[in-house]
Amino acid sequence: MIDLLEKYSNAFGVSGYEDEIREVIKESLKDNVDSIKTDFMGNLYGYKKCGEKNAKKVMVIAHMDEIGFMIDGVTKNGFLHFRRVGGIDPRILVSKRVLIGKDKIPGVLGAKPIHLQNRSEWKKPIPMQKLYIDIGAKNQKKAKSYISKGDYATFNTKFEMQEDVLFGKAFDDRAGCGIITEILRGLEDDQHYPVDIIAVFTVQEEVGLRGASVLAEREKPDYVIAFEGTTAGDVPDPEKRDQSPSTQMRKGPSITVMDRTTIGFRKLKEHFERTAEKNNIPYQYKRSVTGGTDIGVIHTKGGIPSIVISTPVRYIHAPRGIMALEDYKNTANLAINGLKNFKEVL
Amino acid sequence: MKKLIKEVVETFGPSGREDKIREIITKKMENHVDEIKEDSMGNLICIKKGKGPKIMVASHMDEIGIITTHVTKNGFLRFSPVGGVSPVRCIYQRVIFENGVKGVVGIEPVKKLSEIEFDKLYIDIGAKSKKEAREMLGEGFFGAFVNNFDELNDLYVAKSMDDRVGCAVAIKAAEKLKKTDNEIYFVFTSQEEVGLRGAKASAYNLDPDLGIAIDVTGSADTPEAKKMPMKLRNGVAIKVKDRSVLVPKKVKDFFIKVAEKNKIKYQLEVLQYGGTDAGAINLTKSGILAGVLSIPTRYIHSVSEVLSKDDVQNTIDLLTKILESDISKII
Repeated sequence: MIDLLEKYSNAFGVSGYEDEIREVIKESLKDNVDSIKTDFMGNLYGYKKCGEKNAKKVMVIAHMDEIGFMIDGVTKNGFLHFRRVGGIDPRILVSKRVLIGKDKIPGVLGAKPIHLQNRSEWKKPIPMQKLYIDIGAKNQKKAKSYISKGDYATFNTKFEMQEDVLFGKAFDDRAGCGIITEILRGLEDDQHYPVDIIAVFTVQEEVGLRGASVLAEREKPDYVIAFEGTTAGDVPDPEKRDQSPSTQMRKGPSITVMDRTTIGFRKLKEHFERTAEKNNIPYQYKRSVTGGTDIGVIHTKGGIPSIVISTPVRYIHAPRGIMALEDYKNTANLAINGLKNFKEVL
Repeated sequence: MKKLIKEVVETFGPSGREDKIREIITKKMENHVDEIKEDSMGNLICIKKGKGPKIMVASHMDEIGIITTHVTKNGFLRFSPVGGVSPVRCIYQRVIFENGVKGVVGIEPVKKLSEIEFDKLYIDIGAKSKKEAREMLGEGFFGAFVNNFDELNDLYVAKSMDDRVGCAVAIKAAEKLKKTDNEIYFVFTSQEEVGLRGAKASAYNLDPDLGIAIDVTGSADTPEAKKMPMKLRNGVAIKVKDRSVLVPKKVKDFFIKVAEKNKIKYQLEVLQYGGTDAGAINLTKSGILAGVLSIPTRYIHSVSEVLSKDDVQNTIDLLTKILESDISKII
């Protein structure tokens, strides 16, 4: 379970260039599904039929793309200009390490050291347009021999485990990709879910839910469950304001009542609440309405009952997120049990 | 009409929790249509059968509201908006939740009005402690604002005229409608205020030849109002554009023709902000013709939305005449 997540978290897969993560997931799935395919957008599908005629189709989805950067210029001194891909706070970027392109050229987001700054520069974060990536190239020509415009870059972060906590990049949404893989592996040889499972690992979620927007027409699912790594806001607050943390680590998977793109369907919300209670799995609600998911562009195609279930992650959209192993296990447990008894929803 | 509007505006039903208003509208529509059904999004679809073209009338039955996100250590609730709710307009308003618990929106001390944001607001449900608040209400509960219907001279005032007045218009039109070959779907849509979602799903399923949204629009007849052509008492507003739709010219022209032929007072609507279900219907599948009849309204998304009863009557009349028309030439 942890090995799998490690592979998923470390794999490269910025929106639009999901090739490596897709291969990694495909390899992990192949013994657990009946068939696998990829569509022209790059979405990866794994099918697991239950063997019953006219069985309902439950689509479980997670996006495999991650936020990152795209190189859009090389200066004459060999430094790289870049754009953000997906929602990244520019204030967190200075001095971070990145890997660029197919060959994973290491680079760093450079900045003048404190010695060379004047006092007024200390006070403000460096604005986006002054940031650049340094690969240590001698000049433009040398840089261009390694890098082309349009190359993608991602944070250079290695997955780590410390006691019961996991550190890594892209838990949004490689955590979800992991959960879906666990769903497909979560049965004994003679068991099956009472529904046909369509597992989809989507592309380009971070740039506008684009991969998912073709799914409803292609697969006509009866239900959709999205698995996400979502914001955990249980971090120090100097003002000590009594506000919602959105979700908290070690409080179990979160069920979304409402976010920016979807109001969770009550039938599914109640089903997963019941499943959690019956199996003594802790759960929480996502207590903020910000953020959208792939469900947003799927459920309105005729009104497909949908819900989002997330594992809380601190510091999403940053080089290194933190996730509690128990939350991840509990999410998998809730997902597997919720699908095993899905007859209760039908 | 007055009684009907009063009843529908005062009924609970924020986006995603439209059960009560759906029940009331179902009762009002029962005798005027051939079939009534509900879809998974919570849309209420009332069908008047016919052999001709299919027309979808969309009035959204959801209203703006709030959702609880956090219980504070003293038993107050933090909340987020459901739909386009302004934090300033929330202050000291009364709210009611889906389970019947009532509350008042309070505000922490602020120095300047510009500091007012949702994280400075809270709901006071009268709980003595966090424990009691949790017993009364948890996180993830939907609430709606509370205010009574009333009259100001020849104008009506109430919360949620947006878009319960549109629901009332559709109900009245269904009641008045004479024989027609058109197959008419009166759809009371859900989740409009959070992104036209009910209409999107419903148009996808029904695939009509023409969609007509009935909704409120802005009005420029108040002090220092932004310049817009719409005014109260100038009749039903036929939409030209808003942020969600450029009404196809032939649809707009057809609505104007029907109004002129039947001597129904109308005005044109050009709105720089806001969207309606027509925007969602228009872009569904391979594209669906869609237009809008609007009722000019002051103070939209406040608890005191003001409109003219004559404009409402004009809207009912025009909708009825359009639905009785032969639309085969425009589709």
